[in-house]
Amino acid sequence: MPEVQIRKRLLLVEEIFHEGGPVADKPQRRAAALAVIWNPYAGRYVEKIEDFMDDLKPLGLEMAWSLVAVLGGDPKAVEGYGKGAIVGSAGELEHGALWHVPGGYAMRDVLGGAKAIVASTKKVGGPGTRLDIPITHINASYVRSHFDAMEVGITDAPRADELLLALVMTTGARVHARVGGLKASEIKGEDGLR
Amino acid sequence: MKAKIRKIVTFVEETSTEMGRKVDPPTRRAAAVAVIENPYAGQYVEDLSELMTIGEELGELLTQRAVAALGIAGPSAESYGKAAAVGENGELEHAAAILHPKLGTPVRRVLGKGAALIPSSKKRGGLGVVLDIPLGHKDAAFVRSHFDGMEVRISDAPRANEIMVAIAVTDSGRPLPRVGGLSKDQIKGEDGLR
Repeated sequence: MPEVQIRKRLLLVEEIFHEGGPVADKPQRRAAALAVIWNPYAGRYVEKIEDFMDDLKPLGLEMAWSLVAVLGGDPKAVEGYGKGAIVGSAGELEHGALWHVPGGYAMRDVLGGAKAIVASTKKVGGPGTRLDIPITHINASYVRSHFDAMEVGITDAPRADELLLALVMTTGARVHARVGGLKASEIKGEDGLR
Repeated sequence: MKAKIRKIVTFVEETSTEMGRKVDPPTRRAAAVAVIENPYAGQYVEDLSELMTIGEELGELLTQRAVAALGIAGPSAESYGKAAAVGENGELEHAAAILHPKLGTPVRRVLGKGAALIPSSKKRGGLGVVLDIPLGHKDAAFVRSHFDGMEVRISDAPRANEIMVAIAVTDSGRPLPRVGGLSKDQIKGEDGLR
């Protein structure tokens, strides 16, 4: 199985106090962990790629824990999540799909069995490509206050034979959430949706 | 605090391989960026002293954030830089008022020393503008391995009436430096240059 070779990582944390309205008692925090790795399938068509998902599992867990750590160390503080991938120009979109299982399940494990599907996005792009990673509530996808997104990117990545993998976690609702819908306090938590 | 902060974003970048060659130990750099209200937006004001005071506050706050993000003690930092981007209703001179008169002293207090000039850049721009923060060794500006730059960007800042203020700190120079010049073990540290 191919080795996971990491060229660089980026960890970014946003702390949002207000957005023109009242200053929040507890600022919303959003964090993203990015890793730039070598794409073992770049430059050619490879039929069987699934096994690489297993190789990526330790990296997924490491990134998920790094997010919990920068958000204060308590997995219970995390309320929203999302994931994404950018595939360098010598790879295919399908290589980005390799991140779904190791990235998503890593976050669910670390957060103690979060129920909602992890919102995701992916694309093929050159160095500096920006990715808007969708964010939803970790236990109920329909919680409207937690629909959010975080833009990430790295100037010099991904190169042609690289993959940029990203995980995102947040500590709460949008800072001035006020468009109704299902509230976090109303979650039933049975199906991951409501 | 005089500064009205909307958000603070921190970035930590770690490079562990370059051209397939291991970077050991990995090079690490961090930037802390505050998005603040510009008290002088939309008007010509002769006396910019309020922004100078804000620069002093942010010098301390952002340097502490950057050092904490790297997980090092202030004196272990090797290079630094600063930058500001003024939203469209402000003047370039507003960035100068924050960066130059008073910001440096608290930066140097947090980092222990800092005999060298803090390299800087500034611009006016819209939301998502890219700031390239120049980096140089904190005790001897001529250390060639530490000439560098770090790009930061926040997709929703600066708004027209805001200013984005950034401080970058590293615990290392470029990955795999090999263009000669003064090295960090040759620093005399008397004049901030060599």
